[in-house]
Amino acid sequence: MTLQQSAAQLLDVWLLRGGHTATAVSLGSALLGASAGAIGAFALLRRRALIADAIAHATLPGVAAAFIVAAWLGADGRSLPVLLTGALIAGVLGGITVQALSRVRLLSEDGAMASVLAVFFGAGVVLMSVVQTLPGGGQAGLKNFIFGQAAAISTGEVMLAGACAITVLLGIALLFKELGLVCFDPGFARAAGRPALLADGAIVAMLLLVSVVGLQMVGLVMIVALQIIPAAAARFWTDRLWLTVVISAVIGAASCYVGAGISAVLPRTPTGATIVLCAGAVLALSLLAAPRYGVLAMGVRRALWGLRVARSHALRRVAECAEGLGADAQSPEAFAAAGLTRPHRLVLRLFGDIRLTPSALPVLRRVAARRALALTRAHRWWEQYLVSHARHDPAHADLIADVLEHADNEEFMEQLQAELGLQGAGPMPASPHPLGVVAPKFNAVAEAARADRT
Amino acid sequence: MMTPTPNTTSKTTPNTTPNTTANLNPGPSAAPPLSVRDVTVAYQRRPVLWDVDYDAPSSSTGKGSLVAIVGPNGAGKSTLIKACLGLVPLATGRVEFFGRPLKAARRLIGYVPQRESVDWEFPVSAADVVAMGRYGRLGWFTPVGRADKLAALACLEKVGIADLADRQIGQLSGGQQQRVFIARALAQEARLYFMDEPFAGVDAATEATIVAVLRSLADAGVTVMCVHHDLQSVPRWFDHVVLLNTRVIAAGPVAQVFTPENLHLTYGPRLTLLEQAGSALAGVEGAGVSVGLRSAPAPTTGHPTRSGEPTRTREPTP
Repeated sequence: MTLQQSAAQLLDVWLLRGGHTATAVSLGSALLGASAGAIGAFALLRRRALIADAIAHATLPGVAAAFIVAAWLGADGRSLPVLLTGALIAGVLGGITVQALSRVRLLSEDGAMASVLAVFFGAGVVLMSVVQTLPGGGQAGLKNFIFGQAAAISTGEVMLAGACAITVLLGIALLFKELGLVCFDPGFARAAGRPALLADGAIVAMLLLVSVVGLQMVGLVMIVALQIIPAAAARFWTDRLWLTVVISAVIGAASCYVGAGISAVLPRTPTGATIVLCAGAVLALSLLAAPRYGVLAMGVRRALWGLRVARSHALRRVAECAEGLGADAQSPEAFAAAGLTRPHRLVLRLFGDIRLTPSALPVLRRVAARRALALTRAHRWWEQYLVSHARHDPAHADLIADVLEHADNEEFMEQLQAELGLQGAGPMPASPHPLGVVAPKFNAVAEAARADRT
Repeated sequence: MMTPTPNTTSKTTPNTTPNTTANLNPGPSAAPPLSVRDVTVAYQRRPVLWDVDYDAPSSSTGKGSLVAIVGPNGAGKSTLIKACLGLVPLATGRVEFFGRPLKAARRLIGYVPQRESVDWEFPVSAADVVAMGRYGRLGWFTPVGRADKLAALACLEKVGIADLADRQIGQLSGGQQQRVFIARALAQEARLYFMDEPFAGVDAATEATIVAVLRSLADAGVTVMCVHHDLQSVPRWFDHVVLLNTRVIAAGPVAQVFTPENLHLTYGPRLTLLEQAGSALAGVEGAGVSVGLRSAPAPTTGHPTRSGEPTRTREPTP
């Protein structure tokens, strides 16, 4: 099959033109993904990710044992209801074991969960090898339960997945506020007489339901990823609980839809793996590009803040040099005396604070000069406040004021003015420490400036 | 402490109107807002509260009280609150509220947990958290309605941060977060509050706001039990005090009970024998032996005896 054919086929599947079965699988897995994502949001917020994983792994011995028992009784071990019933029972047993073990004093909860996960999975693998020796065991396709194989699913099974997904979504909609409360503050929930135990139980029960139904499609190793990754990605996009749940459900559905499609076209790829990779890609994207908590956005914000601080310091330096020289803040002498470094000058240029005089001397624009004076005033007021109210010596006050002056806030300035007992803005207060201004070394500047003025 | 009137039920008030809300109205009954009888609480068999008896001052006059629960670390202050609320099991004893068992009095009781007990990065706004205080009057499946949201806003208004209603709670300062918790408790509209260190780590403005809110609650006939750490502010802010150190050392009006002698008894010499016996009950190694050795002078060589210190206990996982 050429790449082009594959792409065309993939598009057909995604557009639901891939035939009856492919369409059913796409829709069924999307529904499953939606429910996994939605309940996963609560599992993540309740810190139940590990228990979800433990329960999923605990289903394997149930599947194998169900096959063996059915074969022993002379029934068809491959019947899905039988296998899923086994998975359900084993999952419940796994969950109960985790609960029981975490009450043991020397075992922490994560220790208990990791132990249960490994032991149950081990038992499952051993039982699977027994299954292989039974008649029909080799062709039962039980291996698909480990890594998932959507292609092996019948339409009827898809209907089951859909029914389960709708049950979970309805359950969440009905119990939404109690689920949220028990995740946020279980102690308060119990003290206020809310059904905290029921809500906790509902979360675990829905996780188990999604895991069991998702066994064939995603596989028990990776079903936890489908529950947790969409929720983790959703956290980056919103600060609202209901939106977290909705976004998580959408990401889960989209990952399943896309992943199951890819796996249907490339029959050798395990469905679970492709789905999880899709979800992982969404998480990576969210981590990077989310507008508020994304790494990029945070980097940009930090960079902008750095620029703002650099600009303020450069402007204030010019104003202070002007003051030391007895010159105007807009004068070329003041600018030259400031001796700004190249990066600082670049920053000022970037913000449009500089213009050139006719003889190409850089000076502050009027707005920038006004800003520079305001900044200087803020700095001096903070210094005064720190010296008089917090008993700092002037040198330390200067350093602290360097930080405080960026709390660019009119309200602060009014309060400072009141605290310092100043009437109106008044004249520029004197600096409590020497400013270290040197007159411009280059007479050329002074000469050129004089030439400009005439 | 006077002995409580034995188990007065809600039927003792014939003048309350016989409608459905009467069931929730404590009414001018003689039963105290909180009555703790013979309560012992143990973690892993090791008692942390020994046989506590306490009656909160009656609010039947229409005036509530602010009660501080003070005591050293490990005295069981939070445990006492949690035991009253049914969050930790009682080994022995019983607790009654307005003469009723906990189950029948849930809606009369409000709770402010310690601020550190929740994840403040949780995706909810301040108004969402305050609305949780209203869940008690909603059914399990009933969503939060418009009236509840308005009530939540009104409660945020009372603690002075209505303008922050839509903020995600992690973006609030510590003091503002504490105000959110207080507002949520106000939304419960309870007659008796348990607050676990509401003044811990808050700024001066928040402190003043919370004191004012508590005072207005007391004026409205509400009783507030506060676990409190700052001894200096007890006489200024509270009417009553419970001095606790695994048992009740003294309880009553601040003016009578908050004395240097009682404080010394609470914070001073430890009752090491009791602690050791507690450790022995929990099967802590060596504790049983050192009980007998306690009267001997402290050993000058070798290991210092650690048995005098409270053994670390594992809090039951919630």
